[in-house]
Amino acid sequence: MNMNLTLKVWRQKNAQTKGKMVDYKVTDISEHMSFLEMLDVLNEDLVKKGEEPVAFDHDCREGICGMCSLFINGEAHGPDRLITTCQLHMRKFKNGDTIYIEPFRAKAFPVIKDLIVDRMAFERIQQAGGFISVNTSGNTTDANSILIPKHNADLSMDAAACIGCGACVATCKNSSAMLFVSAKVSQFALLPQGRIEAKERVLNMVRQMDLEGFGNCTNTEACEVECPKGISLENIARMNREYLSASIF
Amino acid sequence: MSTLNSKIPEGPIKDKWTKYKDKINLVNPANKRNIDIIVVGTGLAGGSAAATLAEQGYNVKAFAYQDSPRRAHSIAAQGGINASKNYMGDGDSDYRLFYDTIKGGDYRSREANVYRLAEVSSNIIDQCVAQGVPLARDYGGQLDNRSFGGTLVSRTFYAKGQTGQQLLLGAYSAMNRQIARGKIQMFNRHEMLDVVIVNGKARGIIARDMITGEIERHSAHAVVIASGGYGNVYYLSTLAMGSNATAAWKAHKKGAYFANPCFTQIHPTCIPRSGDYQSKLTLMSESLRNDGRIWVPKKLEDAKAIQQGKLKPTQIAEEDRDYYLERRYPSFGNLAPRDISSRAAKERCDAGYGVNATGEAVYLDFSTAINRYGKEKAFVLGIHNPTQEKIIELGEKVINEKYGNLFQMYEKIIDENPYKTPMMIYPATHYTMGGLWVDYNLMTTVPGMYCIGEANFSDHGANRLGASALMQGLADGYFVLPYTIGDYLAPDIKTGAIPTNTPEFDEAEKAIRERLEFFINNKGTHSVDYFHKKLGKIMWNKVGMGRTEQGLKEAIVEIQQVREDFWKNVKVPGAMNELNPELEKAARVADFLELAELFAKDALERNESCGGHFREEYQTEEGEAMRDDANYAYVAVWEYTGKPSEAVLHKEELKFEELEFKTRSYK
Repeated sequence: MNMNLTLKVWRQKNAQTKGKMVDYKVTDISEHMSFLEMLDVLNEDLVKKGEEPVAFDHDCREGICGMCSLFINGEAHGPDRLITTCQLHMRKFKNGDTIYIEPFRAKAFPVIKDLIVDRMAFERIQQAGGFISVNTSGNTTDANSILIPKHNADLSMDAAACIGCGACVATCKNSSAMLFVSAKVSQFALLPQGRIEAKERVLNMVRQMDLEGFGNCTNTEACEVECPKGISLENIARMNREYLSASIF
Repeated sequence: MSTLNSKIPEGPIKDKWTKYKDKINLVNPANKRNIDIIVVGTGLAGGSAAATLAEQGYNVKAFAYQDSPRRAHSIAAQGGINASKNYMGDGDSDYRLFYDTIKGGDYRSREANVYRLAEVSSNIIDQCVAQGVPLARDYGGQLDNRSFGGTLVSRTFYAKGQTGQQLLLGAYSAMNRQIARGKIQMFNRHEMLDVVIVNGKARGIIARDMITGEIERHSAHAVVIASGGYGNVYYLSTLAMGSNATAAWKAHKKGAYFANPCFTQIHPTCIPRSGDYQSKLTLMSESLRNDGRIWVPKKLEDAKAIQQGKLKPTQIAEEDRDYYLERRYPSFGNLAPRDISSRAAKERCDAGYGVNATGEAVYLDFSTAINRYGKEKAFVLGIHNPTQEKIIELGEKVINEKYGNLFQMYEKIIDENPYKTPMMIYPATHYTMGGLWVDYNLMTTVPGMYCIGEANFSDHGANRLGASALMQGLADGYFVLPYTIGDYLAPDIKTGAIPTNTPEFDEAEKAIRERLEFFINNKGTHSVDYFHKKLGKIMWNKVGMGRTEQGLKEAIVEIQQVREDFWKNVKVPGAMNELNPELEKAARVADFLELAELFAKDALERNESCGGHFREEYQTEEGEAMRDDANYAYVAVWEYTGKPSEAVLHKEELKFEELEFKTRSYK
């Protein structure tokens, strides 16, 4: 059976103006629609009426680009686990539901418009050290000359699976970016190629993280629960070890 | 302007690239800092090019419509990247990769470019590993490989089901290093809306800041287009919602010829559409066909019962199932190339054997593989006479290890457990082999304008093999363009910065401004999506997997009608000087509506079937594509003259010196 829903959506014209929650009704929503397709229906309706559609970030719509970033009923990416907003389907809701839709909120993620936030802080953290300083000239050694234990390669891949969406920050009561930063630090720390600059990397990335105004980690573990890619808290522990040894030695 | 010089170097195919590089003009490192290069698009091709050019010392300005280069749609590539490393010792070589790619492309690509691609493929893997890309390893610590369609060796490197993501993040990290050094200026949430030509050379672009709506002028000594494919001309595709053809199409309108627009890849294994609200289609990786078997019911009455929901696939006996790929192509079976597998699915569904309510789906069934793996695993664990339940339990675990993330994606979308009941799949638009024409240097017909990655036409002919798109994007960006662009820029070292306060920039900006103002002021009756969906239906039905002369002629007329209607009745709310997604879409769809017509015109002109281009008039008695090498062994290269209907055709004859034409058979 198709659903009729009430939506309470955060509307904000731009970064300078104040925002507020606005009520909308959507009708005849199929359970097979994705959450963003439901918003498409709302927007199509708003355009028809000559009103401005709700702006939200989205692109690949298959859970990998990290663009979509909605806080739905108080949860980053909504009620389902291990998925992004674009992979959430309406069968998770029922007829007559009221759904609250807000942007990912954090001091370091200012709202640009409606549900779209500015995540440039993440970019600057990556620029501070999220790389291995190798030129792309191709004059490197044969790929198999660097042997990597499968276990480490797999852990590195698990950390590298982060899509940079910011759900960890939005979920954390301290708006901490530790899970995001530690995923990149861990990816390289686990590989011999990454060890060479490991010390500078962790110090620089953490310094930038603090400069951006993200909060501290108090081990609430909420980030791991809401992460659409299942990035493990062990990465935070690894980063803390890396940071400590880099600071002392 | 009718001479097309592909600038292929002389000499044996194996020496062409090496010898050419030895003789090419170089720019002194000290002079590179006086030269600016614009890169539009920061996926695998654009991202790798931007990083490498900046490392070499050029000043790079890079543009992305997303909020970060890490979000480009290269990130969605799942399966892997080919390289002729021959780590598996199964007889692979540059030559074999070259041969497979030419054959896979149905002899419609350029030999010299494809050989170069195969030649640099190994280097890509070395480069990515040095950057810290966590490619899959075996227990000895060495890199692992898997198999993809259309080849007889294992040469595909991978990072779980997220190879594109990891390679893109590698290029992104290389970019970040240069952004931090100030050598790349990154313009996120910016969209290129036109290219600026000064004295016949590409010298800049007009871009829109998508947050403030400001129209900006950017100048450079060369412009690199790396904006991806135009598959969203079908509305529904596996592409990202924002993927668009505007950069390439605007370049075309400013003088860059467009090659083979009708060569499109329809990927056989995507999740079928479920309703009119559908916004995109999700790919299920080709790697699934290593273990999945594709079938439909043998009996029409069974198919009807399934369509009506009265019968389940698991209730159909083995002998009543038609494994049509295994039946038609016994030697490649379920790993037949994409164009062939897609057409075979359409053939069965058109005959009424489809397996969902719309009749547009076939099964991809893992039960045979689950059984086989379960028995193998039981043997390894020393379990003798395992029960059927035990076999299935163990087999499902093996499948989960191999394809877990894909099975999860499927279950979230369809709400059915693919371990227990076969997946439903159907072909969907995935990749465009056509694109801007480029010479051996990857330069378009406009001096100083380059085109790399999916946006150009060069390497995949009429059909691309799996795991070759990532290879091409990175080859172009890391290893080809950074060499060849120097040859063009060498005389430019004394030119100095290109001013933007010139009549050429004035004019280009004015045209863009007027166009956007038109959309805002038009206040029509229908949304942009309304027109885009209409266009998509025409393209899918008449310029899709099966094309006919009559259908294409009708399509051209219908596209023109939708275009006319669009310009009269499109409605775009909001204003120009703010973030306005509807305005962004309007500008993109306006370009799709023109490109679509050239696409159909190209398909109509090519009176043969090859690769993804299937003209129903040209097929064998068994329904296979019938190529016409005597008359169509050329690249169709279109020159814009004011209207898509009046585009002028130029031909680049394809000379096969190394390989000879063969009928492409996978039987």
